[in-house]
Amino acid sequence: MSLTQLRPSPHHEAPPVEPSRTRLWLYRFDIRAIPYVFIAPFFLLFAIFGLFPIVYNAVVSLRTWRLDEPDKDGWAGFANFTKLLHDSDFWNALYNTFGIFLLSTVPQLLLALIVANLLNRKLRAQTWWRIGILLPYLTPVVASTLVFSVFFARDNGMANWFLSLVGFGQDHPLDWRAEKWSSWIAIATMVNWKWIGYNALLYLSAMQAIPKDVYEAAAVDGAGPWRQLWRITVPMIQPVVVFTVILSTIGGLQLFNEPMMFDENPQSATGGSAHQFQTIAQLIYKVGWKDLNLGYAAAMSWALFLIILIVAGINAGLTKRIGGDR
Amino acid sequence: MTTFVNRAPQETRGNWKTYLGLIVVLIFSAFPVYWMFVIATSTDAAVSQIPPSVIPGGQLFENLHEVFTMQEVYFTASLINSVIVSGAITAATLFFCSLAGFAFAKLRFPARNALMFVVILTLTVPNQLGVVALYILMGKIGWNGTLLAVIAPGLVSAFGVFYMRQFIAHAVPDELVESARIDGAMTLRVYWSIVLPAIRPALAVLGLLTFVMAWNDFQWPLITLNGTDFPTSMVALSDLASGNYVIYRRVLAGAFAATVPLIVLLLIGGRQIVRGIMEGAVKN
Repeated sequence: MSLTQLRPSPHHEAPPVEPSRTRLWLYRFDIRAIPYVFIAPFFLLFAIFGLFPIVYNAVVSLRTWRLDEPDKDGWAGFANFTKLLHDSDFWNALYNTFGIFLLSTVPQLLLALIVANLLNRKLRAQTWWRIGILLPYLTPVVASTLVFSVFFARDNGMANWFLSLVGFGQDHPLDWRAEKWSSWIAIATMVNWKWIGYNALLYLSAMQAIPKDVYEAAAVDGAGPWRQLWRITVPMIQPVVVFTVILSTIGGLQLFNEPMMFDENPQSATGGSAHQFQTIAQLIYKVGWKDLNLGYAAAMSWALFLIILIVAGINAGLTKRIGGDR
Repeated sequence: MTTFVNRAPQETRGNWKTYLGLIVVLIFSAFPVYWMFVIATSTDAAVSQIPPSVIPGGQLFENLHEVFTMQEVYFTASLINSVIVSGAITAATLFFCSLAGFAFAKLRFPARNALMFVVILTLTVPNQLGVVALYILMGKIGWNGTLLAVIAPGLVSAFGVFYMRQFIAHAVPDELVESARIDGAMTLRVYWSIVLPAIRPALAVLGLLTFVMAWNDFQWPLITLNGTDFPTSMVALSDLASGNYVIYRRVLAGAFAATVPLIVLLLIGGRQIVRGIMEGAVKN
């Protein structure tokens, strides 16, 4: 029954005691206006602090807007965007972002799938296993990246110590930050560490919703647990897989905290001595608040937004196709 | 060919391989946090020791004392700031989102479904991309460099409204709301005395997730608070780790101090956090 039906209707309005006008007004207000009053804070606050900045970003990107020379402000047309196309820093950051993104997303989701499959059993203390794997998700990235910085240190770092145990780099310890490939691996490790457990829980919740008789029906195949995972479970949870692919695309392409804090001097936002691991989100921060060129930073934000849309679309399509085949 | 009795995995009991795998995963998950603690308790010599020491030292309080009394990074104040920011964001999110969720789930009004659709659309807006304009906006209001600039954008969340709406739709019976209205209760009264008590579990879930996200937020607080006397703990940590000579036992003592509140939350509310993440997934 809807509450609108409780609204006093003019046809059979014959209450035993005539309510006072204020009461009636209050009652009408309560029925008609209160729902909007209840949802208004969300829409107002979102409009001001969520939507407006995104839209206004477009305006800023078309202007010369420097924090150090406020009087130089004026329309710039597409100058910021043209500059972007010829900016080697931008292309380098784009390359880095994609490299780290690939190194982090693919292992992350595959391992999450395997962990979810382990959790999808009857287990002792099952909640505690789930809570345990969420520890990285809760740990502040700023804090954990500092630990990884020590782990991947050139001198006396634990990663290099492991490498030396298997016979690598005893004489010349690996400087993880120095090269693209090594710094990307280090950063991707941090991203993987943080998100495997979270994604595993997403997969687990989808796995538990798979009807049990699907597996019984597949018994004819004689499918072992491994084939069961790939042939039955994964196709059945495909929507969630697509969802996590989109989520990690959006998150991965905006990667900021890990490369920032991995830097020897985090506040410089350079992403290594030769920008070897500078991501786009980091470059936006540097252009905006170190070079003080907000107009250009805004243009870069829009470019990143477009890239995310395109890549998320492609990835979603790919995942659907791969999962849908079998 | 072997014949398998194909039982669903969720019906199968975990064997030793399952547990072995999970223990490896757990060690992988916990080790960096544990090692943060180890370094936070160590001396400089122990930090650079080879092979690395994995046993906690006895220096925790000395290291913490050093961090907390450092003049230029305001670490103690930053922890208090983080509590204020995360607390305010959590309280506001719970209030506004449950209010809107209640309206969307139980009240009838014109354009309700269209407005709910708008809420879901806003879920897809990556607001990190608006930071430049947000900074200009905060500059115009005069909030840059204050905690208000960090709190304001976090006061509501589309996910929160969505989550609350789903929960209230199931948890609060229509009849209960209606009979209260017939008894003459105003809508706000219904929200306060009927809805709020019924959705406590959902408030716990959303509250925990919101608090964690607000606590860990780094990019926007860094932009607006960097260089001020009011950093959040994440900004202060990045300050602590910058510079030419970084003392890791001190930095990681700070990192550890900023992580402990969340570990406590995980121990107290782990069940709710797990449930929140798993429920959010099914209802996407």
